[in-house]
Amino acid sequence: MLEKIKLKIIESRLQLSILGVLIIVFVLFAIGNPRTFLSYRIYYAFMSTIPFAAILALSLTPVVILGEMDLSFPSVMGFCAWAFAAVFNQTSNIYTAFVVSLAVGLIAGFINSVLIVRVGIPSLVVTIGMMFLWRGLVMIASGGLGLSLVKTQGTILYKALVGRIGGEVPAQAVWAVAIAVLYGLILNRHRFGAHVLYSGDDAVSAKMMGVNVERVKTIVFMQVGVCAAFAGILVTLEVLYFWPSTGEGYLMKSLASVFIGGTTVFGGTGTIFGTFIGAIIMGSLEAGIVSSGISGFWTQFIFGLVIVLSLTIYAYMSKRLSLGRGLIRSIKSLFGRVEK
Amino acid sequence: MRDNAVISPAPGVTQPLVKMVNIHKSYGGVTALNGVDFVVGNNEIVGLIGDNGAGKSTLIKVLTGVEKQGEGKIYWKGKEIEKHTVENSRNMGIETVFQDRALAEKQNIWRNLFMGREMTYGRTGFIKVEESKKEAINLLKKMIGFTQSGLTPNLGVMGLSGGEKQGIAIARALYFDAELIILDEPTNNLSISETNKVLNFVKWAKEQGKSCIFITHSIYHVYSVAERFVVLDRGNTVGEFLKKDISLDGLVEKLEYVAKHGVLA
Repeated sequence: MLEKIKLKIIESRLQLSILGVLIIVFVLFAIGNPRTFLSYRIYYAFMSTIPFAAILALSLTPVVILGEMDLSFPSVMGFCAWAFAAVFNQTSNIYTAFVVSLAVGLIAGFINSVLIVRVGIPSLVVTIGMMFLWRGLVMIASGGLGLSLVKTQGTILYKALVGRIGGEVPAQAVWAVAIAVLYGLILNRHRFGAHVLYSGDDAVSAKMMGVNVERVKTIVFMQVGVCAAFAGILVTLEVLYFWPSTGEGYLMKSLASVFIGGTTVFGGTGTIFGTFIGAIIMGSLEAGIVSSGISGFWTQFIFGLVIVLSLTIYAYMSKRLSLGRGLIRSIKSLFGRVEK
Repeated sequence: MRDNAVISPAPGVTQPLVKMVNIHKSYGGVTALNGVDFVVGNNEIVGLIGDNGAGKSTLIKVLTGVEKQGEGKIYWKGKEIEKHTVENSRNMGIETVFQDRALAEKQNIWRNLFMGREMTYGRTGFIKVEESKKEAINLLKKMIGFTQSGLTPNLGVMGLSGGEKQGIAIARALYFDAELIILDEPTNNLSISETNKVLNFVKWAKEQGKSCIFITHSIYHVYSVAERFVVLDRGNTVGEFLKKDISLDGLVEKLEYVAKHGVLA
């Protein structure tokens, strides 16, 4: 029994360490400002704002596991949000708007996948192009103007997406948790998740064993589009207004959530749980820093510190070195005394 | 110029299991296979021999559906294969132990064993994780003779020895109860005892009524287990010998001649 628990701990040390970082961060917040962090209000605020970035980060996790990259999602999110707002303003039917927006996201993801899988352009490069292209389309289509969505209030879909459950829990938080659970199940327990892992680990081997690597990549890029659309709908409904800049500001935060969660750029490994916790950390740092009485100028510095520190921990973990021993070795090597 | 142009299995073997006729394959402008004929009989162990670049691996990739031939036909149990993919070749009963073992090194043992053919709850696609792990440990312990203590199916493949990795690749072929097992350079980089394990596996496969293609450029290993040898050189079949007709030294001599002249004397 003890052996089994030990094994489980070793297996999930990545998840445990990111959980550790989260706990440390919140303990520090609570010490810095106990009145804020021991009351429900701040958590309510987090639950209403973090889900957007969390959903994006969750959808990016399989992309990173594949060893690929998608930088176009904030712009896709913006365009889908525009499609949602525009269709709603034309038809006054929130359901039509919802379906159209998700379909646009799916198509955007499909275009990415065609360019990456069929045409063969590296994803990092092509999604930079698509990032500009979709943002450009938002500007052209909207004429740089926002659209009101006040009339969506009162619809069932509005309540289901961003309503307040029992008046206390933002619905989007439930959506984010549901998507996290679903993605976790798919990655760890479903054939498709296994194929994502194989394809990211060694695409040649995967192909030889009959895994349809191209199909896997296509589906993964398409789901990013759908999730970007969903996040776009949620964020415009939350503020009841479409801004042409919708989606901007999510690029680095969402990607950083994936990486501090423990998914590596090398591909082949990754954790949905880590990404989810990573998104909570990224989403709560700013509020935590400011309410702890530290000057807002420190925000970016502390963001950077958390990212670099957690990546360092993972790097040592993957080498099976203890952090202490690794650091001592690094310092020794500075003085030219390298031990085998 | 064929030394012995019998495109037929060894005597006593009737209906061939696999028949490849006039297979052509080129990559860009480079011809890898130039009209190769190749046959494997039921319960026959065939040694496919040739130097590096002779086209052995390409022939196998065509046979297993990894690559599509430019020209030529493949028959499985007498029936022509129309649409050939890796998936359907595995479903027909062809399992391959690839030269580079086709492992995903960051994944653990059980995931590697079932790569591409996961045990699932029917059509839902959800994997039977516990059963897969149990099955993995059984396979590795019983059939491959993995004795290393502390071996668990959750262990990553990356840290295993060459022999252990080969064990996993072979266990995969075993589990799916293939009729034809293809071993592509299975003894490369293996120690003597690990090599013996592989050779014993081939003998076991013969006893079980399976067929085997043993690909190698080192004929010393293959001579002890194969019944028939097919020699490839620069994309052509240059010779075919039954073990009863040729000694190990005779075979080595022939191969040396082929290496120099590109044809058999």
